[in-house]
Amino acid sequence: MGGNSPCASCKLLRRRCAKDCIFAPYFPSDDPHKFAIVHKVFGASNVSKMLQELPVHQRADAVSSLVYEANARVRDPVYGCVGAISYLQNQVSQLQMQLAVAQAEILCIQMQQEPAMPTPQTDVPDEKSFLLQHNLPQYLNYTSSTTSSNVISDSFKRETLFGHDMVS
Amino acid sequence: DYLSMNSSRCAACKYLRKRCPSECIFSPYFPPNNPQRFACVHRIYGASNIGRMLQQLPVYLRAEAADCLYYEAQCRIENPVYGCVGMISTLHQQIFSAQEQLAKVQAEIALINNAYTQQESSQFQQLDGLLSNLNNF
Repeated sequence: MGGNSPCASCKLLRRRCAKDCIFAPYFPSDDPHKFAIVHKVFGASNVSKMLQELPVHQRADAVSSLVYEANARVRDPVYGCVGAISYLQNQVSQLQMQLAVAQAEILCIQMQQEPAMPTPQTDVPDEKSFLLQHNLPQYLNYTSSTTSSNVISDSFKRETLFGHDMVS
Repeated sequence: DYLSMNSSRCAACKYLRKRCPSECIFSPYFPPNNPQRFACVHRIYGASNIGRMLQQLPVYLRAEAADCLYYEAQCRIENPVYGCVGMISTLHQQIFSAQEQLAKVQAEIALINNAYTQQESSQFQQLDGLLSNLNNF
Protein backbone atom coordinates (compact mmCIF):
# COMPACT_ATOMS: atom_id res chain seq x y z
CA MET A 1 0.00 0.00 0.00
CA GLY A 2 3.05 2.27 -0.04
CA GLY A 3 3.45 5.02 -2.57
CA ASN A 4 -0.28 5.71 -2.92
CA SER A 5 -1.11 9.27 -3.81
CA PRO A 6 -2.55 11.28 -0.91
CA CYS A 7 -6.33 11.47 -0.60
CA ALA A 8 -8.11 14.70 -1.48
CA SER A 9 -8.18 15.78 2.18
CA CYS A 10 -4.49 15.36 2.81
CA LYS A 11 -3.73 17.05 -0.51
CA LEU A 12 -5.77 20.07 0.51
CA LEU A 13 -4.43 20.10 4.06
CA ARG A 14 -0.91 19.54 2.75
CA ARG A 15 -0.04 16.73 5.08
CA ARG A 16 1.10 13.17 4.84
CA CYS A 17 -1.68 10.75 4.03
CA ALA A 18 -1.27 7.95 6.55
CA LYS A 19 -2.32 4.37 5.84
CA ASP A 20 -5.17 4.67 8.34
CA CYS A 21 -6.16 8.18 7.23
CA ILE A 22 -9.78 8.61 8.30
CA PHE A 23 -10.68 10.64 5.21
CA ALA A 24 -9.03 8.50 2.54
CA PRO A 25 -11.87 5.94 1.97
CA TYR A 26 -14.41 8.72 1.42
CA PHE A 27 -12.45 11.50 -0.25
CA PRO A 28 -10.53 10.02 -3.17
CA SER A 29 -7.93 12.25 -4.83
CA ASP A 30 -9.88 12.40 -8.10
CA ASP A 31 -12.63 14.51 -6.50
CA PRO A 32 -10.99 17.43 -4.73
CA HIS A 33 -14.18 19.50 -4.71
CA LYS A 34 -15.97 17.04 -2.43
CA PHE A 35 -13.57 17.54 0.46
CA ALA A 36 -13.07 21.22 -0.27
CA ILE A 37 -16.74 21.94 0.27
CA VAL A 38 -17.15 20.00 3.55
CA HIS A 39 -13.95 21.57 4.80
CA LYS A 40 -15.28 25.00 3.94
CA VAL A 41 -18.54 24.53 5.84
CA PHE A 42 -17.67 22.16 8.68
CA GLY A 43 -13.88 22.20 8.88
CA ALA A 44 -11.58 19.19 8.55
CA SER A 45 -11.17 18.60 12.29
CA ASN A 46 -14.94 18.64 12.87
CA VAL A 47 -15.49 16.18 10.01
CA SER A 48 -12.72 13.97 11.38
CA LYS A 49 -14.29 14.06 14.86
CA MET A 50 -17.75 13.23 13.48
CA LEU A 51 -16.41 10.29 11.48
CA GLN A 52 -14.41 8.95 14.42
CA GLU A 53 -17.57 8.89 16.52
CA LEU A 54 -19.33 6.64 14.01
CA PRO A 55 -18.92 2.93 13.30
CA VAL A 56 -17.07 2.35 10.05
CA HIS A 57 -20.08 0.97 8.16
CA GLN A 58 -21.98 4.25 8.69
CA ARG A 59 -19.25 6.63 7.68
CA ALA A 60 -19.89 6.59 3.92
CA ASP A 61 -23.51 7.66 4.44
CA ALA A 62 -22.42 10.31 6.91
CA VAL A 63 -19.96 11.74 4.39
CA SER A 64 -22.65 11.79 1.70
CA SER A 65 -25.06 13.69 3.92
CA LEU A 66 -22.35 16.12 5.03
CA VAL A 67 -21.46 16.80 1.39
CA TYR A 68 -25.15 17.36 0.62
CA GLU A 69 -25.53 19.78 3.53
CA ALA A 70 -22.34 21.61 2.68
CA ASN A 71 -23.46 22.04 -0.95
CA ALA A 72 -26.84 23.32 0.21
CA ARG A 73 -25.17 25.77 2.57
CA VAL A 74 -22.86 27.10 -0.15
CA ARG A 75 -25.76 27.45 -2.62
CA ASP A 76 -27.93 29.16 -0.01
CA PRO A 77 -25.76 30.77 2.68
CA VAL A 78 -28.77 31.87 4.72
CA TYR A 79 -31.10 28.85 4.76
CA GLY A 80 -28.95 25.93 3.60
CA CYS A 81 -30.89 22.65 3.85
CA VAL A 82 -33.58 24.27 5.97
CA GLY A 83 -34.85 26.00 2.83
CA ALA A 84 -35.47 22.63 1.20
CA ILE A 85 -37.08 21.23 4.37
CA SER A 86 -39.39 24.21 4.61
CA TYR A 87 -40.41 23.89 0.97
CA LEU A 88 -41.04 20.15 1.23
CA GLN A 89 -43.07 20.46 4.44
CA ASN A 90 -45.22 23.00 2.65
CA GLN A 91 -45.76 20.56 -0.22
CA VAL A 92 -46.74 17.79 2.19
CA SER A 93 -49.32 20.06 3.88
CA GLN A 94 -50.79 21.10 0.55
CA LEU A 95 -51.04 17.52 -0.66
CA GLN A 96 -52.65 16.37 2.58
CA MET A 97 -55.20 19.16 2.25
CA GLN A 98 -55.93 18.22 -1.36
CA LEU A 99 -56.30 14.61 -0.28
CA ALA A 100 -58.75 15.54 2.50
CA VAL A 101 -60.82 17.61 0.06
CA ALA A 102 -60.88 14.80 -2.50
CA GLN A 103 -61.89 12.22 0.11
CA ALA A 104 -64.67 14.51 1.34
CA GLU A 105 -65.83 14.90 -2.23
CA ILE A 106 -66.13 11.15 -2.62
CA LEU A 107 -68.17 10.90 0.56
CA CYS A 108 -70.40 13.69 -0.70
CA ILE A 109 -70.96 11.99 -4.01
CA GLN A 110 -71.66 8.67 -2.32
CA MET A 111 -74.20 10.23 0.03
CA GLN A 112 -75.95 11.97 -2.85
CA GLN A 113 -76.21 8.70 -4.69
CA GLU A 114 -77.72 6.81 -1.76
CA PRO A 115 -81.22 5.57 -2.64
CA ALA A 116 -83.99 7.73 -1.08
CA MET A 117 -85.79 4.61 0.22
CA PRO A 118 -83.80 1.86 1.88
CA THR A 119 -83.44 -0.92 -0.67
CA PRO A 120 -82.16 -4.43 -0.04
CA GLN A 121 -78.40 -4.10 -0.19
CA THR A 122 -76.51 -6.48 -2.39
CA ASP A 123 -72.73 -6.55 -2.57
CA VAL A 124 -71.93 -4.80 -5.82
CA PRO A 125 -68.28 -4.99 -6.79
CA ASP A 126 -68.82 -3.07 -10.04
CA GLU A 127 -69.56 0.61 -9.41
CA LYS A 128 -71.26 1.13 -12.81
CA SER A 129 -73.88 -1.56 -12.33
CA PHE A 130 -74.66 -0.10 -8.89
CA LEU A 131 -75.56 3.22 -10.48
CA LEU A 132 -77.60 1.63 -13.27
CA GLN A 133 -79.70 -0.12 -10.65
CA HIS A 134 -81.25 3.26 -9.79
CA ASN A 135 -84.33 3.44 -11.96
CA LEU A 136 -85.96 6.69 -13.02
CA PRO A 137 -88.65 7.19 -10.34
CA GLN A 138 -86.07 6.96 -7.55
CA TYR A 139 -83.94 9.52 -9.31
CA LEU A 140 -86.88 11.93 -9.61
CA ASN A 141 -87.76 11.39 -5.95
CA TYR A 142 -84.33 12.50 -4.80
CA THR A 143 -84.12 15.66 -2.71
CA SER A 144 -81.42 16.72 -0.28
CA SER A 145 -83.76 16.25 2.64
CA THR A 146 -84.05 12.54 2.03
CA THR A 147 -80.55 11.89 3.32
CA SER A 148 -81.89 10.89 6.70
CA SER A 149 -79.62 9.88 9.50
CA ASN A 150 -80.49 6.24 8.82
CA VAL A 151 -79.21 6.45 5.29
CA ILE A 152 -76.00 8.18 6.37
CA SER A 153 -75.25 5.69 9.12
CA ASP A 154 -76.05 2.82 6.76
CA SER A 155 -73.63 4.10 4.17
CA PHE A 156 -70.86 4.10 6.72
CA LYS A 157 -71.70 0.63 7.98
CA ARG A 158 -71.71 -1.21 4.69
CA GLU A 159 -68.88 -1.44 2.22
CA THR A 160 -68.38 1.50 -0.05
CA LEU A 161 -68.68 1.34 -3.82
CA PHE A 162 -65.10 0.37 -4.18
CA GLY A 163 -65.01 -2.29 -1.54
CA HIS A 164 -62.60 -0.58 0.82
CA ASP A 165 -62.88 1.83 3.65
CA MET A 166 -62.73 5.40 2.37
CA VAL A 167 -63.01 6.85 5.82
CA SER A 168 -59.53 6.39 7.15
CA ASP B 1 -16.64 48.90 34.00
CA TYR B 2 -15.82 45.31 34.91
CA LEU B 3 -19.39 44.49 35.97
CA SER B 4 -20.89 45.20 32.56
CA MET B 5 -18.00 43.41 30.84
CA ASN B 6 -18.53 40.26 32.90
CA SER B 7 -22.30 40.17 32.61
CA SER B 8 -22.63 41.22 28.98
CA ARG B 9 -20.40 38.60 27.35
CA CYS B 10 -22.30 36.63 24.74
CA ALA B 11 -22.59 32.85 24.98
CA ALA B 12 -19.85 32.38 22.36
CA CYS B 13 -17.25 34.51 24.11
CA LYS B 14 -18.16 32.96 27.44
CA TYR B 15 -17.67 29.49 25.97
CA LEU B 16 -14.42 30.47 24.26
CA ARG B 17 -13.26 32.30 27.38
CA LYS B 18 -12.43 35.53 25.68
CA ARG B 19 -13.40 39.14 25.81
CA CYS B 20 -16.66 40.05 24.10
CA PRO B 21 -16.09 43.23 22.08
CA SER B 22 -18.93 45.62 21.28
CA GLU B 23 -18.90 44.58 17.61
CA CYS B 24 -18.75 40.84 18.42
CA ILE B 25 -20.16 38.88 15.43
CA PHE B 26 -21.80 36.29 17.67
CA SER B 27 -23.42 38.36 20.39
CA PRO B 28 -26.70 39.36 18.65
CA TYR B 29 -27.41 35.69 17.82
CA PHE B 30 -25.94 33.84 20.79
CA PRO B 31 -27.20 35.55 23.93
CA PRO B 32 -25.65 34.57 27.27
CA ASN B 33 -28.90 33.09 28.55
CA ASN B 34 -28.72 30.25 26.01
CA PRO B 35 -25.30 28.63 26.29
CA GLN B 36 -26.52 25.37 24.76
CA ARG B 37 -27.29 27.09 21.45
CA PHE B 38 -23.69 28.11 20.88
CA ALA B 39 -22.27 24.87 22.25
CA CYS B 40 -24.39 23.01 19.70
CA VAL B 41 -23.31 24.98 16.60
CA HIS B 42 -19.72 25.08 17.78
CA ARG B 43 -19.66 21.31 18.09
CA ILE B 44 -20.72 20.84 14.46
CA TYR B 45 -19.34 23.84 12.60
CA GLY B 46 -16.74 25.38 14.88
CA ALA B 47 -16.70 28.95 16.07
CA SER B 48 -14.47 30.30 13.32
CA ASN B 49 -16.67 28.81 10.56
CA ILE B 50 -19.81 30.25 12.18
CA GLY B 51 -18.18 33.63 12.53
CA ARG B 52 -16.99 33.58 8.93
CA MET B 53 -20.38 32.51 7.56
CA LEU B 54 -22.18 35.23 9.50
CA GLN B 55 -19.59 37.83 8.55
CA GLN B 56 -20.14 37.09 4.85
CA LEU B 57 -23.84 37.88 5.09
CA PRO B 58 -25.57 41.25 5.20
CA VAL B 59 -26.59 42.08 8.75
CA TYR B 60 -30.33 41.74 8.18
CA LEU B 61 -29.91 38.08 7.12
CA ARG B 62 -27.65 36.95 9.94
CA ALA B 63 -30.34 36.14 12.52
CA GLU B 64 -32.11 33.83 10.06
CA ALA B 65 -28.81 32.18 9.11
CA ALA B 66 -27.85 31.64 12.77
CA ASP B 67 -31.24 30.01 13.44
CA CYS B 68 -30.84 27.69 10.46
CA LEU B 69 -27.30 26.73 11.44
CA TYR B 70 -28.56 25.95 14.95
CA TYR B 71 -31.40 23.84 13.55
CA GLU B 72 -29.07 21.88 11.26
CA ALA B 73 -26.53 21.41 14.05
CA GLN B 74 -29.26 20.02 16.31
CA CYS B 75 -30.38 17.63 13.58
CA ARG B 76 -26.80 16.45 13.12
CA ILE B 77 -26.33 15.85 16.84
CA GLU B 78 -29.60 13.92 17.06
CA ASN B 79 -28.84 11.94 13.90
CA PRO B 80 -25.07 11.74 13.48
CA VAL B 81 -25.26 9.74 10.23
CA TYR B 82 -27.83 11.70 8.20
CA GLY B 83 -28.40 14.97 10.05
CA CYS B 84 -31.24 16.99 8.57
CA VAL B 85 -30.80 15.19 5.25
CA GLY B 86 -32.69 12.31 6.88
CA MET B 87 -35.67 14.62 7.27
CA ILE B 88 -35.46 15.65 3.61
CA SER B 89 -35.49 12.00 2.63
CA THR B 90 -38.54 11.30 4.82
CA LEU B 91 -40.38 14.30 3.40
CA HIS B 92 -39.73 13.12 -0.17
CA GLN B 93 -41.27 9.76 0.74
CA GLN B 94 -44.29 11.43 2.32
CA ILE B 95 -44.82 13.55 -0.79
CA PHE B 96 -44.59 10.54 -3.07
CA SER B 97 -47.03 8.56 -0.97
CA ALA B 98 -49.49 11.48 -0.70
CA GLN B 99 -49.32 12.05 -4.47
CA GLU B 100 -50.10 8.38 -5.05
CA GLN B 101 -53.09 8.47 -2.72
CA LEU B 102 -54.36 11.70 -4.25
CA ALA B 103 -54.12 10.33 -7.78
CA LYS B 104 -56.07 7.25 -6.68
CA VAL B 105 -58.86 9.25 -5.06
CA GLN B 106 -59.08 11.66 -7.99
CA ALA B 107 -59.33 8.74 -10.40
CA GLU B 108 -62.18 7.31 -8.32
CA ILE B 109 -63.98 10.66 -8.39
CA ALA B 110 -63.58 10.85 -12.16
CA LEU B 111 -64.94 7.32 -12.46
CA ILE B 112 -67.99 8.05 -10.32
CA ASN B 113 -68.69 11.34 -12.08
CA ASN B 114 -68.29 9.71 -15.46
CA ALA B 115 -70.71 6.91 -14.65
CA TYR B 116 -73.11 9.34 -13.02
CA THR B 117 -73.02 11.70 -16.00
CA GLN B 118 -73.76 8.85 -18.39
CA GLN B 119 -76.67 7.78 -16.22
CA GLU B 120 -77.77 11.40 -15.88
CA SER B 121 -77.64 12.13 -19.59
CA SER B 122 -79.65 9.03 -20.50
CA GLN B 123 -82.23 9.93 -17.86
CA PHE B 124 -82.39 13.51 -19.13
CA GLN B 125 -82.99 12.16 -22.60
CA GLN B 126 -85.88 10.10 -21.29
CA LEU B 127 -87.21 13.16 -19.48
CA ASP B 128 -86.86 15.25 -22.63
CA GLY B 129 -88.80 12.70 -24.59
CA LEU B 130 -91.51 12.60 -21.95
CA LEU B 131 -91.89 16.37 -21.81
CA SER B 132 -92.04 16.80 -25.55
CA ASN B 133 -94.78 14.16 -25.66
CA LEU B 134 -96.72 16.11 -23.06
CA ASN B 135 -96.26 19.35 -25.06
CA ASN B 136 -97.71 17.72 -28.13
CA PHE B 137 -100.96 17.18 -26.29
